[in-house]
Amino acid sequence: MTDRIDLSPVAAICGDGDRTLIEILQTVQEEYGYLPAEAVEEVSRLTGASVAKLYGIATFYAQFRLEKPGKYLIMLCKGTACHVNGASGIEQAVSEELGISDGETTPDGLFSLKTVACLGCCSLSPVMMINNETYGSLTPDKAKKILRGLS
Amino acid sequence: MSYRIVVGEGSCGIAAGAHKVYTALRQLTGSVGVTGCVGMCFLEPIVDLYDGNELAVRLVRVTENDAERICAAAEAEDVSGVGDLRISDEDGLFLKRQTRIALANCGVVDPTDIDSYIARDGYKAIRKALFDMTPESVIEEIKVSGLAGRGGAGFPTWFKWNAARQSEGDDKYLICNADEGDPGAFMDRAVIESDPHCLIEGMLIAAYAIGAKNAFVYVRAEYPLAIERLKAALAQAEERGFLGSDILGSGFSLKIKIKAGAGAFVCGEETALIESLEGSRGMPRLKPPFPAQKGYMNRPSNINNVETYANVARILLMGGEKFASLGTENSKGTKVFALTGKVVRGGLVEIPMGLTLREVIFDIGGGIKNGKKFKAVQLGGPSGGCIPESLLDTVIDYKALAATGAIMGSGGMVVMDEDTCMVNMARFFLDFTTKESCGKCVPCRIGTKRLYEKLTAITEGRGEEGDVETLTELCSGIRDTALCGLGQTAPNPVLTTIKYFSDEYVAHVRDKKCPACECRALITYEILPDKCRGCTMCAKNCPAGCIEGSVKQPHKIDPEKCVRCGSCMRVCRFGAVKVS
Repeated sequence: MTDRIDLSPVAAICGDGDRTLIEILQTVQEEYGYLPAEAVEEVSRLTGASVAKLYGIATFYAQFRLEKPGKYLIMLCKGTACHVNGASGIEQAVSEELGISDGETTPDGLFSLKTVACLGCCSLSPVMMINNETYGSLTPDKAKKILRGLS
Repeated sequence: MSYRIVVGEGSCGIAAGAHKVYTALRQLTGSVGVTGCVGMCFLEPIVDLYDGNELAVRLVRVTENDAERICAAAEAEDVSGVGDLRISDEDGLFLKRQTRIALANCGVVDPTDIDSYIARDGYKAIRKALFDMTPESVIEEIKVSGLAGRGGAGFPTWFKWNAARQSEGDDKYLICNADEGDPGAFMDRAVIESDPHCLIEGMLIAAYAIGAKNAFVYVRAEYPLAIERLKAALAQAEERGFLGSDILGSGFSLKIKIKAGAGAFVCGEETALIESLEGSRGMPRLKPPFPAQKGYMNRPSNINNVETYANVARILLMGGEKFASLGTENSKGTKVFALTGKVVRGGLVEIPMGLTLREVIFDIGGGIKNGKKFKAVQLGGPSGGCIPESLLDTVIDYKALAATGAIMGSGGMVVMDEDTCMVNMARFFLDFTTKESCGKCVPCRIGTKRLYEKLTAITEGRGEEGDVETLTELCSGIRDTALCGLGQTAPNPVLTTIKYFSDEYVAHVRDKKCPACECRALITYEILPDKCRGCTMCAKNCPAGCIEGSVKQPHKIDPEKCVRCGSCMRVCRFGAVKVS
């Protein structure tokens, strides 16, 4: 890696004795946008929890990311209502448009695609959320247009 | 005087553009209020105009461009200029046909203002409990009400409270499960976003009843607005003396903390949730001991879901008997459903137990969209099942629903029409459970994977005779031997679709056909020469480049190259593309 990560925030995060390991990792992710390996090792050093235990937690929960997400994180809902209303067609359109599948990031670092279980906007299904903005009642063409508007 | 303007700002409303409407209105007038989710998701964004405390008119599908005339109407107390936005009488029935207890304040109170809650009898029930009732009599009142766990299992609430009360030790914990992992359910989020004090008051009463001094709300991290509003509400409640030490001078104390869940469906299981609260992987523990004996930090704990707590304060105010007068013999009170899918009017529906599925889907929900035919309704998400048309008159009641093979569940109600493939539906749920299985026990970890592989093979045209029997056998093994509820109920979507839609399995396995035309490997697209005008739209949009034909001549699809994406069908304006 060329750029080194500033690990000083990790000490402050771990210093608050009231936090559980999940909360520590959540806060670390808020800080960096993902869980950089160096930061996880630093958490291990400061808390005494093994790196294996920390990765055990990080890989168990859907919220944690081990790789740096793109500038735009697309959360594509594949909940039941979205499934019934054609979410797989939307996923296909997004994959076609960006050339990536679930869990991947475009080489230019612009878009990451992640399918999620339910965004809770079932009445607007099918839905995707890009950086906290929700786009509902999608069609494959509409989804492609939204992505083109961002890139 | 002028009408008061109130914008519905729940997550769904905001996603539909409510905040843009709010911002536009705010630029024109200083007095714009907010409320939470009215539950009429299909009409969002919604703006209400109030004459004092009376709703003067409800405006629906509002855009920011309507802001000016809404302000003018409010100013003049004359709604003739916004008549086109007024909710139709038919859509109005969506709410009129409901009985709201848990959702009574949703879309009415301002969730950011404690006084708005207090004005609607808020925090009266906790006063009553603290000063007029003993913890035992609170439990007795809940027993009389017949309230049962609204998270899905339907276990009597009083029984859990009583068990925790009876457990030895002073250090007891109260936990609220707001992890709402069931895809297709969002009522808990709506309650927290729209009426956070109602949850807080319910938890206060429960904590008093069991003798807990500390409480947690375990809420999905994916619900940022709910977390924000709950945080603000907790601060307001503490400031007013409803939370903290020596509440209202009664000597009773309670602290409520928010813990953000990190995304794991299995954490809906109470012992897994406790593991997660403690900061570990959310893997279920063996029961017994039950949480009421050894829960959080091995201390006696009580866990209920948001909707369960949301009923508590009103039960104390209306009396357990009155609550119990709603519903059926073995299911009392009301239940909230998130009605979604191929239904005309989707949203949050709270109805007394005992209504039929048909009444909810057709009378309240308005039936099936686009004139299509009803096929099934899915209840209970990945733990539930698909109920066919022949059982639409089943009443909503824990026992009656369980008898169909589905469950009441947390309240997801997803309606499907003739275009939904039931085999693929089962595959969809198993895809979910394999991903969400925590991996602790073998039947769930490996069994659900085998189910998923088999269902995938069937939907991809690789099904073989005997597959359905293998599926059924696997299902009973998993159901009987899995460690927790996730595994034990994971077969339900498979079993119910086999039970009620066996013809679709036969079509897939034997005839290699998908009757709903959903499974790609089993369908073919063709262009009907007599309808095709040769406009070339399909050829231009085909990602596989498999459509040939000249302008104004009928086009043709090369079935060998076709990837069956359906693009041609979507762009054809002449209905010339047929799928079979």
